[in-house]
Amino acid sequence: MSKQKPENRAEKIKQQSFDKLVTLGNKIYKQLQEEKYPEFDMPSRTSSNIYYDEKTRQFSLGKKKIRRSSRNVRHLKPFLQTMFVAMFAARDLLEPGRTSTLRDLYYSSESAMAKMFKNQSESDNIITDVESIIGMAREDFNIFPDARSTIYGDLTISFKDKKTGNKREINLTFNPDGQTIGPTMVRSDFVKTSAKKVICIESGGMFQRLIEEDADEKFDAILVHLAGQAPRGTRRIIRRLNEEMGLPVYAFVDGDPWGIHIYNVIAAGSASAAHLSGLTTPDAVWMGLTATDITRYELPTDQFTKGDTTRTVQLLRDPRYQKPYLQEELKKFLKLKRKAEQQSLTSKSLTFVVDEYLPAKFKEIEKLQKAGKI
Amino acid sequence: MSKVEFKQLSPADFFYRNRELAGFDTPTKSLYTAFREILENSLDGAEIGGINPDIFIVIKKKSEDVYTIFISDNGIGIPGKKVPNALAKLLFGGKYVERQSRGHFGLGASMTVLYSQITTNLPTRVLSCTRGSDEIDEYHLMINIQRNEPIIRYHAKLPNKKKWHGVTVEVNIEGDYGRAHPKILEYIKATAMVAPYANITFIDAYGTLYKFNKVIDEVPKLGEPVLPHPRGVDTEKMLRLLRVARQRSMNKFLQNNFQRIGEITAKNFLKFVDIKPDKDPQKLEHDEIVRIVQGMNSFEDFLSPETKCLSPIGENVLTKGIMKELEPDFVTAITRRPQAYSGHPFVIEIAFAYGGKTIERSSEPNLFRFANRIPLLYDQYADVSAKVIRTFNWRMYKVPDNAQLAIITHVASTKVPYRTAGKESISDREEIEREVRLAMQVCARKLRVYLSRIDREHRQAIRTSIFEKYVPYIARFATRLSGKKTIPSTDFVVGGGEAKTEDQKVNSGVK
Repeated sequence: MSKQKPENRAEKIKQQSFDKLVTLGNKIYKQLQEEKYPEFDMPSRTSSNIYYDEKTRQFSLGKKKIRRSSRNVRHLKPFLQTMFVAMFAARDLLEPGRTSTLRDLYYSSESAMAKMFKNQSESDNIITDVESIIGMAREDFNIFPDARSTIYGDLTISFKDKKTGNKREINLTFNPDGQTIGPTMVRSDFVKTSAKKVICIESGGMFQRLIEEDADEKFDAILVHLAGQAPRGTRRIIRRLNEEMGLPVYAFVDGDPWGIHIYNVIAAGSASAAHLSGLTTPDAVWMGLTATDITRYELPTDQFTKGDTTRTVQLLRDPRYQKPYLQEELKKFLKLKRKAEQQSLTSKSLTFVVDEYLPAKFKEIEKLQKAGKI
Repeated sequence: MSKVEFKQLSPADFFYRNRELAGFDTPTKSLYTAFREILENSLDGAEIGGINPDIFIVIKKKSEDVYTIFISDNGIGIPGKKVPNALAKLLFGGKYVERQSRGHFGLGASMTVLYSQITTNLPTRVLSCTRGSDEIDEYHLMINIQRNEPIIRYHAKLPNKKKWHGVTVEVNIEGDYGRAHPKILEYIKATAMVAPYANITFIDAYGTLYKFNKVIDEVPKLGEPVLPHPRGVDTEKMLRLLRVARQRSMNKFLQNNFQRIGEITAKNFLKFVDIKPDKDPQKLEHDEIVRIVQGMNSFEDFLSPETKCLSPIGENVLTKGIMKELEPDFVTAITRRPQAYSGHPFVIEIAFAYGGKTIERSSEPNLFRFANRIPLLYDQYADVSAKVIRTFNWRMYKVPDNAQLAIITHVASTKVPYRTAGKESISDREEIEREVRLAMQVCARKLRVYLSRIDREHRQAIRTSIFEKYVPYIARFATRLSGKKTIPSTDFVVGGGEAKTEDQKVNSGVK
């Protein structure tokens, strides 16, 4: 690992992860030298230790810990696997400056020891264990998922050029199809922006439409394509835009329980990431499609399935969904028993969404915020 | 009206007409039975003299369907003059005594000679020499069936140059060797299992040699002859006893002809059946005899039967024999205390053998049955041991469904309680079944302890090998992760860690 002082945000994060991993290694090493069966503690991620924190407005872990001991024959293999992932992350990824996907890590493990992991999901779980031990997300120790989404808008970022080592700046409007959100961008420094808000869009079709209609200029927005459930890198960027640049975030998703859920993962996080912070944007607003939108604009709809109804009832009870306007709309959905894709707005006209829908929406939200309903 | 002639039937004639009662029903079984009878006599002949049996068996094909069985032993031998009657006359042994024995006092050998004669019309060749004798008697014998008398076709005396003693029998039998061979071999192997003090050499009709060597010297003591027990006496037996009795009072008659009847018991019994103690036994009326017999079967105060007439194999001998023949990983044997049924004493001995290379894995235990040291190879299903095994709760003793388990059962008695005449399954009378079940429970408990132990050891071995496999990797990874240069030694792991049952949850503050 470079001995120079970290120059930028990315460097800082990498150094932090690296140090924490090496600390873990030292701890285990010392125990072995003392001829003790090594062990370490990590926070428990069982449901009894996960709770919704009102203050941080996300799912968090409680105080319970689990001790993983190499003396216990049932812990032995996971212990070994954890040590491998930590070693791999620190020495094979962070130190030489490489990234790896989940799959890469699984295959790399084979060369270290045959059949170390039964399957990839076993290795995924161990990566989560390492996250919870050092308290940093896997992207911070250079393990990135395959899934990526796209961003478009007037935001200038800077990062260290891989080849020259010099600082490089790019503006995120340079690629008319949108720029993929990858490891470099997630850790890059934000230089400047003229945008005043962030709009997160669920479907590719709608994202494309908004770019074509210059929605970024019309609304002074940075457009983020979620591509379904937002990948962690994307969620991180959204939070950073909200936190560092002070930009309000709006979620524009399909009018169904699944779309609402996508919004909520952005806003309040998921149980599986309860051990991490920095992934949620609690102030994000759910824009639509709402049940009210569907009826108001007489959009073409589909029938609620039994699953949709069950899901909606569950959401009504979820601690993350208690805001008045959310509750109202959920109840309306239950009564309506119909759902609609965001792209159904096209039934009005191709440009309806930018001409009529979005402007009306922003006004409506402002009103609701003033009334304190959001 | 046609005349029906009645002729008197000699014993030989009776068995000639009813040979299946003695085990000569089919050509296969007959060959097997002939072989058995002679071998059993040879074993008895040695054991009676406390001699480690040294038996030499050859079976050779003589002609189509006719086989010569040649068996030679080193027993006490039969005195020369007595040989013809012993092997060519169907008779029962002399005095009315009871003692456990394999054979029926030579009856079986005579049956064999009889069957040989019927099927091949050839004489049986016999050599015999008693201990210390200079001369060997050689006879070629046949039986006059109608008169039940031996026919001596040839007799000679040979010099005993090698100081041999024992009996050699060479008999020709018509039979199905192909089918009989597996049973014959099974019989010899089973015999070797309960007689590890015997050397047995066997050359079969295909020319293969089998050798069973003794592993112990101790020859089990045979049972001592004892007087009969009053229980189980019937009218006929009583009449026979009276006929030869010399006592002049019922009191003395009882004390001298039955086991364990003393002055007081005799007096109490006679009072019970309302007969005067000084009544002359020869002057008993028929109804008095009947009353006495009925009384003998109902009187409650007789002592339980003597057991010194019995000769169990013994736990040590059983164990050694089983280890030799089956080579199991584990064996346990138990000889129960003697019990009685209807006045006949009996002892149950049971052994369990588990694991090893030769015992077959099966859903049912391999059962080896013995009665008076004789292997029982037929009629297994109806046997009391098979019944107890079927109804036994194996799961409770941790015996897996497909186990390598062999069970050896031995019933020793002065009168083995077979279910039916001519069959080889032992009756499931209450007294017998109870003893068999209790004995099996004792063995099963020991087996369970053993199975728990190997299970624990097995799991421990797996655990140890897991630790020895994984901890070095942990050390390697931790070293590289920490950036240190040398990998710490993980030798302290040999021996394995512990199996914890739960993660230790630590309620500590945030680290």
